[in-house]
Amino acid sequence: MVYTPSQKILPSEITPKDVWLNRRNLLAGAAGGIAAIAMPGLVLAETEKTERAKLDVTKSEKYSGLEPTEYEYITGYNNFYEFGTGKEDPAANAHMLTTKPWSIKVDGLVNKPGDYALEDIIPASLEERVYRFRCVEAWSMVIPWDGFQLSELLNKVEPQGSAKYVAFETVVRPEEMPGQRGLFQPLPWPYVEGLRIDEAMHPLTILANGIYGEEIPNQNGAPLRLVVPWKYGFKSIKSIVRMTLTEEEPPTSWNNANAREYGFYSNVNPQVDHPRWSQASERVIGGGLLATRQPTLMFNGYEAEVASLYEGMDLTKFY
Amino acid sequence: MTISDRINRIARSVPAWPFYPLLLVPGLWTFWLALNGRLGADPMRELEHDLGIWALRFMIAVLCVTLARRFLNLNLIKFRRLLGLTGFFYALAHLTVWLLLDRQLMWGEIIADLYKRPYIIFGMLAFLLILPLAFTSNNWSVRKLGAAGWNRLHRLAYPAAVLMILHYLWLVKSWTLEPLTYTAIMAAVLLAKLAPRKAARSRQTKTA
Repeated sequence: MVYTPSQKILPSEITPKDVWLNRRNLLAGAAGGIAAIAMPGLVLAETEKTERAKLDVTKSEKYSGLEPTEYEYITGYNNFYEFGTGKEDPAANAHMLTTKPWSIKVDGLVNKPGDYALEDIIPASLEERVYRFRCVEAWSMVIPWDGFQLSELLNKVEPQGSAKYVAFETVVRPEEMPGQRGLFQPLPWPYVEGLRIDEAMHPLTILANGIYGEEIPNQNGAPLRLVVPWKYGFKSIKSIVRMTLTEEEPPTSWNNANAREYGFYSNVNPQVDHPRWSQASERVIGGGLLATRQPTLMFNGYEAEVASLYEGMDLTKFY
Repeated sequence: MTISDRINRIARSVPAWPFYPLLLVPGLWTFWLALNGRLGADPMRELEHDLGIWALRFMIAVLCVTLARRFLNLNLIKFRRLLGLTGFFYALAHLTVWLLLDRQLMWGEIIADLYKRPYIIFGMLAFLLILPLAFTSNNWSVRKLGAAGWNRLHRLAYPAAVLMILHYLWLVKSWTLEPLTYTAIMAAVLLAKLAPRKAARSRQTKTA
């Protein structure tokens, strides 16, 4: 099946704000009630904006031990062009995004397609894993993600035998995301990404709904985002609204924008330079002005876990 | 007395030399913020960018001095050396931050950058072009080279300005508002400089 991203939302299709707000109030009330019953682990937050719901998470033993980057940097230094192209724009603007209610459309080569409400996707038991995060721009962080393996969701929707890839889409809401309106659009929307099915099913690949034991902030991709720690950060798509199982390699936004610079795989690889800068080392965010650069690790330090996925592949060609 | 006359009068009485340290304050301030963890998550990048942008701004300012004389009857030639040298200091600071804090004296990588990365090549060329301009920004050089020779040498500012813009455009991931704005401004300034002098003079006599 050839995958095409959802059609761009026409302005006429956007629900008028007053209607939408009223629907939201109704659903929020209903969702609140359902959530309290269905998710025993989730402690509902106060209605204050700065308060975030605490999540009931078990700290992973296997993925721990790295010193996490400070919370203010993780949540204050982001590439989320839907909210503006500056690193501080998402933190400033992301509050405009409404993340409740939220559902993810699952379609394509699956036995159980449908619109899955977030409450039906997020399992009762969440795990906290501390992962390295490496941006293609050659900076890095260490982030304690709270979430669950993508394989859990995939097993739930039952991919068919012919499914070879998983494609994802980010939300398009120009009325809530200032980066999606105006004359200068850095990328066409929706933002799309994809993984090979073995990458998607890999135990390292997770869907995260929290950071540092709390509900994930909007600027980090609320309410649910992908984390693929051995790849450059732009592959860890945020604010997912759609997941499609396909037979063909799906389009990915940065590859579409500049195929020479951004490949489908985008595995962290110090030996394969970006055409315009070296990937051999990285700046550690939070290290301060005089911090020394760190050498970049093959597959971002997850070589033992994922190298087998790419055996025999020429990584200079499949970058 | 017209506004331009008034400005010219003030310009004649104000000395240029106090501004040399003053105009370095923005750069020093940003450096202080960076050193004290007050420049956000990636202070090195921010500082590098800020110093580069100031260098670009002062280059634009230098080119605008003769434009101001031609089109606005403003005589700020006295401050042109100040603007040029300040721009050079910012460019030098920008290069130093790149060598010391960004590339951290990893000479292997630096050499590789110098021939592999177009934006580094553009930047380095721009710097090499303004180096002789900085060294000849003094009265001794004007005397030695003669006004004509000095002026011919300082025409290197034009290719340097273009290279600075290309350096900027080639290093950003996508062309957003800021780099495109500076490109538009530089293009406008350079085009205005190319405007034939005859037309400018007749414009002057018309408004006089």
